[in-house]
Amino acid sequence: MREITYAEAIREALRQEMRKDKNVFLIGEDLGIYGGAFGVTYGLLDEFGEERVRDTPISEAAIAGAALGAAITGMRPVAEIMFMDFTTIAMEQIVNQAAKIKFMFGGKAKVPMVVRTPAGSGTGAAAQHSQSLEAWFTHVPGLKVVMPSTPYDAKGLLISSIRDNNPIIFIEHKLLYKTTGEVPEEEYEIPLGVADIKRKGEDLTIVATSIMVQRAISASKELEKDGISVEIVDPRTLKPYDKKTIIESVKKTGKVIAVHEACKTGGFGAEIAAMISESEAFDYLDAPIKRLGGLDIPIPYNRNLERHAVPQVEDIINAAKELIYR
Amino acid sequence: MKFTPEKLIDMLIKMYKIRFFEEKVDYLFALGLVHGTMHLSIGQEAVAVGAISTLKPDDYILSTHRGHGHCIAKGADINLMMAEFLGKETGYCRGRGGSMHIADVEKGNLGATGVVGGGIPIASGVGLSIKMRKTGQVVICFFGDGAANQGAFHESLNLAAIWKLPVIFLCENNMYGMSMSVEKAFAIENIAKRAGSYGFPGEVVDGNYVLAVYKVVLKAVERARKGKGPSLIECKTYRWKGHSKSDQNLYRSKEEIESWKMKCPIKRFKEKLIAEKIITNEEIKIIEENAKNIIEKAVDFAKNSPEPSVEEIFDGVYS
Repeated sequence: MREITYAEAIREALRQEMRKDKNVFLIGEDLGIYGGAFGVTYGLLDEFGEERVRDTPISEAAIAGAALGAAITGMRPVAEIMFMDFTTIAMEQIVNQAAKIKFMFGGKAKVPMVVRTPAGSGTGAAAQHSQSLEAWFTHVPGLKVVMPSTPYDAKGLLISSIRDNNPIIFIEHKLLYKTTGEVPEEEYEIPLGVADIKRKGEDLTIVATSIMVQRAISASKELEKDGISVEIVDPRTLKPYDKKTIIESVKKTGKVIAVHEACKTGGFGAEIAAMISESEAFDYLDAPIKRLGGLDIPIPYNRNLERHAVPQVEDIINAAKELIYR
Repeated sequence: MKFTPEKLIDMLIKMYKIRFFEEKVDYLFALGLVHGTMHLSIGQEAVAVGAISTLKPDDYILSTHRGHGHCIAKGADINLMMAEFLGKETGYCRGRGGSMHIADVEKGNLGATGVVGGGIPIASGVGLSIKMRKTGQVVICFFGDGAANQGAFHESLNLAAIWKLPVIFLCENNMYGMSMSVEKAFAIENIAKRAGSYGFPGEVVDGNYVLAVYKVVLKAVERARKGKGPSLIECKTYRWKGHSKSDQNLYRSKEEIESWKMKCPIKRFKEKLIAEKIITNEEIKIIEENAKNIIEKAVDFAKNSPEPSVEEIFDGVYS
């Protein structure tokens, strides 16, 4: 199968859905000629024109509100918030309005909107362009939260998200945009709420999200040299999330690390750990559940400090060994 | 501007319905039958009725926390509204929304919001959707004077302006954002003046005169339908009651409130219609009785409606 990048996979999903459904359109800052801050929408303007690849002023609240207003009146907008950090400016519309309208109105509205946004550090962009704020959104009933880690998942999950009738926060990782992987040319859906076992293993489960899936894969290859067999579970969507696959994996291995880039305190790893400890998998644990997350600091600029602020491959290896050799 | 007697009487009937509905729910609140809070628009009926009477049935509105009048003017079923106030399964929102979130998406009422200014960005999106779907509809976005100082106001009016969206931004200036007077909250006399900075027309109108509101809004609606873009209309009016149920009116005088009651929009309109022999005192009495009967029947409907079931508490969170 052909290989394309994560960014190309997202673009392909957008292009195919826009061809298929005239109600799908893009709205956000610098999507058109510029192609988006990370080039994801590059070239779509040529095919679909300014009407459907709609550049906005720098007005995140208006972007989210415009997507919402369009969604409840029959369109399927895909909004882009240039950096996840800037979702803060759109938060009122996303959290108070989009997430709740359907429920507040007794279920009598559809909100088919996607908010795509790049998260994560590693680009040297410092504290206001590097955050991973997914846990905030998972705390809001009415939203779905999607976090693909591979080009294949990115395409299939985005297609499912666009076709879904709920507001979706689709979180991309900047460092993944140039990663490559096999992606079918045709359209396909990956159901929201279904985890993927990225690697089968016996000794230890790593539940990883977004770029941490790739780091966990790298770590697992090193650990394999020491005879440690790692199973990697990628939830792919955090809301809803696939508890069963995680529980089954932990029952098999008896040891688990939850790893994400977002700050450890209040991060999604806490949810995973708590869920496991409340589940039948608790009785199968041979060791305490371990969480790896970002340090509780804003992302620093300095290359070395930035690297230290979030889990790296060696951190995952060390954490795995601590669990195995305890 | 020529109005048929039917149109004038229809507007008067709607104003009565709003007034009696709000007086009734105020009373039900005092009895403890309605809980939470509510924001009454008594004294502002001319704005809702004058503005919405310009619309076609498939046009949209976005309402506010003080939105009962908008709902009724847009043709809401009083039974379903009352049931919602009583938190019943038969209410517009199946008892999930209450006073502040009544919506009737089918009838183009895209709902009230509890966040001041929260509907303004949505309105631009509705306008965008209308433009992209080429349906010729328009949307009236109601908001108060307080909302005009939210940041989203600026973002959204600009967006509507650059894309020439069919949105009528309708500011109900009732002189106070909760306790803060417009004199304190604005350094300009007229909020409508802000339209100029976005490049579209802004107009101030006497919000206590239903026909004046109608006339100005109709002009904006026609402009929007022609694809010429949005307008900002500021209706100067006054809320007789407190901001919500916790208000003790410490920030304004009794004299001030009484002076505005003298400018009652319903009394004024009624007297005009009588003077012009469009309606008689006897006919007014019948209209009042009918409106009161509709409200009473709605109370019975609501009281006799079932409570939502706890088993269905998750309904509507997701599609």
